[in-house]
Amino acid sequence: MNTRVLEIRKGILNKNDEIARTLRKTLQTAGVFTINLVSSPGTGKTFFLERTLRTLREQGIATAALVGDLATDNDARRLAEAGVPVKQINTNGRCHLEAQMITDHLADWDIAKLDYLFIENVGNLVCPSSYDLGEDLRVVLLSVTEGEDKPLKYPTIFNSADIAIITKMDIAEPCEFNLETASANIRAVRPGMQILPTSAKSGAGIDEWLACLAHCRLAHRVSA
Amino acid sequence: MHELSLVYSIVETVEQYAKEAHAKQVNSVKVRLGALSGVSKDALLFSYDIGAAGTILSGSTLEIEECPVAIFCLPCGQLRVLPGIQKFSCPECDTPSGDVRQGRELDIVSIEMEID
Repeated sequence: MNTRVLEIRKGILNKNDEIARTLRKTLQTAGVFTINLVSSPGTGKTFFLERTLRTLREQGIATAALVGDLATDNDARRLAEAGVPVKQINTNGRCHLEAQMITDHLADWDIAKLDYLFIENVGNLVCPSSYDLGEDLRVVLLSVTEGEDKPLKYPTIFNSADIAIITKMDIAEPCEFNLETASANIRAVRPGMQILPTSAKSGAGIDEWLACLAHCRLAHRVSA
Repeated sequence: MHELSLVYSIVETVEQYAKEAHAKQVNSVKVRLGALSGVSKDALLFSYDIGAAGTILSGSTLEIEECPVAIFCLPCGQLRVLPGIQKFSCPECDTPSGDVRQGRELDIVSIEMEID
């Protein structure tokens, strides 16, 4: 017997990355701008997304959403009330979404008709950071109830995101939330990141968020 | 905790290479983990034996090489290694930089195996 060392230099998530690359190309060719929403459980992703979908629909913009959870289809039922196509992805206990799950769940949708596809990831600030879902934009959400130092505790996911949304700004005051400190912490781990304070309840910041999305989509098209 | 699914990915890849090389046994697998990979070294080590059991990797060791984050500092004009991942600023001149050049690694580097 001989001992042999084989250099391979291959990404551990190579398989997911390849599926994500193909998916990204498919979506971009179809003219769909894809957004991956990540946050802790309870940040208000679903409510924020519901408001986003509803407002975009009123503006005549075609959207659809995939929503990941360990179990139940509660979120998909809530989001469907916005009147757009929604599908639940049950991960059956897995802590994150993978690119293959997105591909599978898009199979019977006519994506060419969509302007935006939103993917609500499983509420988790650790695992989703490693998995490319073929998205064009990764948005991390932080609620005012979570504390300003969350970005320092979970730097990896904040660093991997393109935009930060602060949710539940309507209750910022009773929570003694300091937006300046939170913003400084976000920018410590992701210099220059755009931060949008919002309230899905009052509607504050939603127009700015949608303008930001439209801008990102346009910038993306120009560079593509 | 997604380390076990990462171990299954490692096992799948290594099995394929070991098969192609007609290996009898895999002794060790070396991986590189960046500080921004989002993966816990301890959890990966803990999951490794479970994932390797019953495969050609059974009994092999997982060697983990940890890789710090390096950013490119524009004013200094060079790569700077960061002491942690809480502050993405140059340790010399304190200028913030989002230009991450190293630290996202999540790679299989090499495999040591026994071949006839």
